[in-house]
Amino acid sequence: MDTTVTPVANDAALDSTEIALDCQADQIFYSDFLAVRDSHVPIARNQITGFIGPSGCGKSTVLKSINRMNDLIPGFRFEGKVHFHGVDIYDKKVDPVAVRRNIGMVFQQPNPFSMSIYENVAFGLRLNRYKGNMDEKVEKALVGAALWNEVKDKLKNNGLSLSGGQQQRLCIARAIATEPRILLMDEPCSALDPIATRQIEELMVQLKEHFTVAIVTHNMQQAMRVADQTAFFAVDISRGGRTGYLVEMGATKELFEDPQEQLTKEYLHGEFS
Amino acid sequence: MGQHTRNDNEMHLPNLERQPFEPRALKSIVLSAITICMAIVACIPLFSVLIMLIYRGGKRISLELFYGLPPTAFDIGGGFGNAIVGTLFMVGIASLLSVPFGILAAIYLAELSPDSKISTVARFCAKVLSGLPSILAGVFAYAAVVLVMGSYSAWAGGIALSILMVPTVMLTAEEAIKMVPRPMKEAAAGMGCTPAQSMLKIILPVAVPGIITGVVLAVARAAGETAPLLFTALFSDYWLRPNEPTASLAVLIYNYSGMPFPNQIELAWAASLILVLLVFVLNIISRAIGRRKNV
Repeated sequence: MDTTVTPVANDAALDSTEIALDCQADQIFYSDFLAVRDSHVPIARNQITGFIGPSGCGKSTVLKSINRMNDLIPGFRFEGKVHFHGVDIYDKKVDPVAVRRNIGMVFQQPNPFSMSIYENVAFGLRLNRYKGNMDEKVEKALVGAALWNEVKDKLKNNGLSLSGGQQQRLCIARAIATEPRILLMDEPCSALDPIATRQIEELMVQLKEHFTVAIVTHNMQQAMRVADQTAFFAVDISRGGRTGYLVEMGATKELFEDPQEQLTKEYLHGEFS
Repeated sequence: MGQHTRNDNEMHLPNLERQPFEPRALKSIVLSAITICMAIVACIPLFSVLIMLIYRGGKRISLELFYGLPPTAFDIGGGFGNAIVGTLFMVGIASLLSVPFGILAAIYLAELSPDSKISTVARFCAKVLSGLPSILAGVFAYAAVVLVMGSYSAWAGGIALSILMVPTVMLTAEEAIKMVPRPMKEAAAGMGCTPAQSMLKIILPVAVPGIITGVVLAVARAAGETAPLLFTALFSDYWLRPNEPTASLAVLIYNYSGMPFPNQIELAWAASLILVLLVFVLNIISRAIGRRKNV
């Protein structure tokens, strides 16, 4: 392993795997505020990449930059590149709507649409003018999200009538129904109880067979349980503002057992948060 | 009383009983009583008007009111079917003009560019317009439509009423669209909806009950307006012909209440009752729709 410590990806750990998406966030601004700097996060195919770090370290900002969700925020500006299937998704020619159709997202708060469970899952398929067997696709997505058995008899009920954990799995089903290349999850369990959290975690591990997953989590145990790769972000207050940056990244086991950076050690030992 | 030491607390148990005659409790009781009184007083005008209308107008309620035409001076009987049709027609025209206009403007204000110069100015104008004396809407439509077309008409009446409806529709629709939870809008964007798809498939369906409530309130207000119609639709004793002066309930009440003939005065009372019932029913409908929102 490379022993020189640099705040970029630990390439050695990724050698055996293919990179599905390579996010190089040089600088991310909200108007004048520099939110994130110098964060290079490669996302490995069919693995789970965890983003951890204290509040305000920019981990959600980086994640949401990957499918250009941040474009919705006035004043947002991304400097850098996100390589995905040979294109930079921040290239002028790229349509952010098309990016979002290929890179799905699951949000912190479960946010099903106010329509039936079936229609929630079929929504993305209809957007993409899917012409095949809709029932089959919906069932497959719900099975994939480990929700089918609970809802198969009430597919016509409103998605909002489900419990919080079920709603979140419905959102996952909605996101995977269109078979996106990458699934982004922004603290998907933070609004859920421990049982629902455990179900979602088990689901994530199943999902990586077919999908590439990137997840932001507040919970280090969660990162340890589910993530193959972990990226640790921290806040730099030395330049006046509160700018987040990537401290180090590597295979989860190595990062937790043998962190290269002092800051990572301190964070993992709970010396600051 | 917060400064007791631990020792004090052990010796004197705190008194937890109600002390209704303590000054602050007394003050609270008096203030509550005043608010209750005022709430009751606020209901008095509506109920006194309703009771009066039912008492004076109720006895003239008959089918003839709905199919009959206004009587001449010393006639007996008669009705105001033409005024009911005229009111419905002009309010319909006003809705057709103001609802699409208001909703499209609201989409721009609420979603597309909430903080832009245009939005700020438009919002300000709508707020000013919503306080506009209704007679000015009539004067405007008189100049812009009646003088140009050369005749009083139902069209002019509808346009005058639409000017009064637009701000209500626009501002309530804007609120309704803003009330759609942000996570739901993010979900739509995250699924790869274009802004138009987000609006049509997700945001508007959720906002529709709120928008309808605003539309119904605007319609109810327009149905009762008199002043703008005096300048634009005037009145007529005949059935609706949209290019000519047109009868409406509000103007009928205004005209007949000042006449010296008992038959006409009775008709004015009956028309008032019908108009209030119309507004009342519209309000109930809007509440019923508003309540369905959270199902």
